Amino acid sequence: MIRVLLPQPLRTLARVEGEVELEVEGAVTRDSVLDALERAYPALCGTIRDHQTRERRAFVRFFACEQDLSHEPADAPLPEAVADGREPFLVVGAIAGGRA
Amino acid sequence: MGRVRVLVGTRKGAFVLTSDSSRENWEVSGPHFAGWEVYHMKGSPSDPDRVYASQTSGWFGQIIQRSDDGGKTWFQPGTPPGEPTTTPEGMPKGESNKFVYDTSEETGAPLTTHQFYDGKPVPWEFKRVWHLEPSLDDPDTVYAGVEDAALFRSTDGGRTWHELSGLRGHGTGSQWQPGAGGMCLHTIILDPSDRGRIYVAISAAGAFRTDDGGKTWKPINRGLHSQYIPDPTAEVGHCVHHVAMHPARPEVLFMQKHWDVMRSDNGGENWREVSGDLPTDFGFVIDVHAHEPETIYVVPIKSDAEHYPPDGKLRVYRSRTGGNEWEALTNGLPQENCYVNVLRDAMSVDTLDPCGVYFGTTGGQVYASRDGGDSWHPIVRDLPAVLSVEAQALP
Repeated sequence: MIRVLLPQPLRTLARVEGEVELEVEGAVTRDSVLDALERAYPALCGTIRDHQTRERRAFVRFFACEQDLSHEPADAPLPEAVADGREPFLVVGAIAGGRA
Repeated sequence: MGRVRVLVGTRKGAFVLTSDSSRENWEVSGPHFAGWEVYHMKGSPSDPDRVYASQTSGWFGQIIQRSDDGGKTWFQPGTPPGEPTTTPEGMPKGESNKFVYDTSEETGAPLTTHQFYDGKPVPWEFKRVWHLEPSLDDPDTVYAGVEDAALFRSTDGGRTWHELSGLRGHGTGSQWQPGAGGMCLHTIILDPSDRGRIYVAISAAGAFRTDDGGKTWKPINRGLHSQYIPDPTAEVGHCVHHVAMHPARPEVLFMQKHWDVMRSDNGGENWREVSGDLPTDFGFVIDVHAHEPETIYVVPIKSDAEHYPPDGKLRVYRSRTGGNEWEALTNGLPQENCYVNVLRDAMSVDTLDPCGVYFGTTGGQVYASRDGGDSWHPIVRDLPAVLSVEAQALP
């Protein structure tokens, strides 16, 4: 079971509280986790990755195990602690300066 | 005894204000979509309880929301409340947030480049929906004006969106450039007398018109003069801030440009300046009285850098002569120390008699007039910065 922690705006959008738990088949990578997340919560399509390019949106970051994984390849394996459910995969809105 | 509903989009959520036809006491519902920018909300003329909303975020992108009960409850089209969000095969149902430029050979236009602020060519990239314009007679048909500038249409109640690519691809797109707020298509006007005719306006490209329902388009900027482009009378490149039309006089258009208030009497073929005696001809909003097609409203704003009312006095200016001769409307509006802005989609009129006029400010006030502008009062005054205001008269 993969644990994913979403930022508050996306929890509201997906109508969930706390962490999301997902079953991921095969290799546990950023994309396979996000694919499972979007299948379970279609309202999140396009909010973390661009609809068309599937690239990470510019103000979204990915953390896990106290590491910044935002710039890791999308198909790279996530840390073992994420894959076995000991640690959550964090989707984080970047601190962008509080423009509004 | 009718009612009035005012839909208010702000930097941090949406609010729905309602009153009976006296328009004296207002109920405030919200924030809906708290924390998100709501660029625009608008109800369908043929089904006023069908309301579309553009919920957007620099972090998380574009969400389209729909209400079928006048803003009490909301859902993403294709995913009604309480229904599974996936198909039996497990595939996402919601495509309603997907705005993809049409580059197909059959119907699309190549995704070439437009200009960046400094003239450098950059590719089109979808950012957000600025304006939603429901069809005049079909609640399931709605148009979306987006940044980077393009026009999309949904014919299934907002579930799926398709670009009317003849606009972006008609030939001048490579010369379009962003205004300060981005390269946005912010105005969509449907001609009630000719279903094939649509007007749109883009910052900073200008105004455009189709006469065949969106297949082919042409720029309609003859008569505009803009000092900030190399050729001030160029076919495109003008920073049009907003355009308004009275439905009984669809050939007559009024425009607030980045400097200059303009008027066209022939569907945009030619424009002439009607700024007249305004204290400044810069501003964002412009609207037309619901029952008097020659009565128009603007809110002059000091520019280029300040973007607040001249002399710290919030004044709506009204012309009863279709421009040139203007009177300041100040009764009930702050006349000292007022430094708010009124953004391009933040003024609206209702169709009651006398006509109601509404506008919202970046200071979070929504002002209303129950008498065509003679007097004003704040119907709510401490919202987040207001991005858009739309009034609906209800049965």
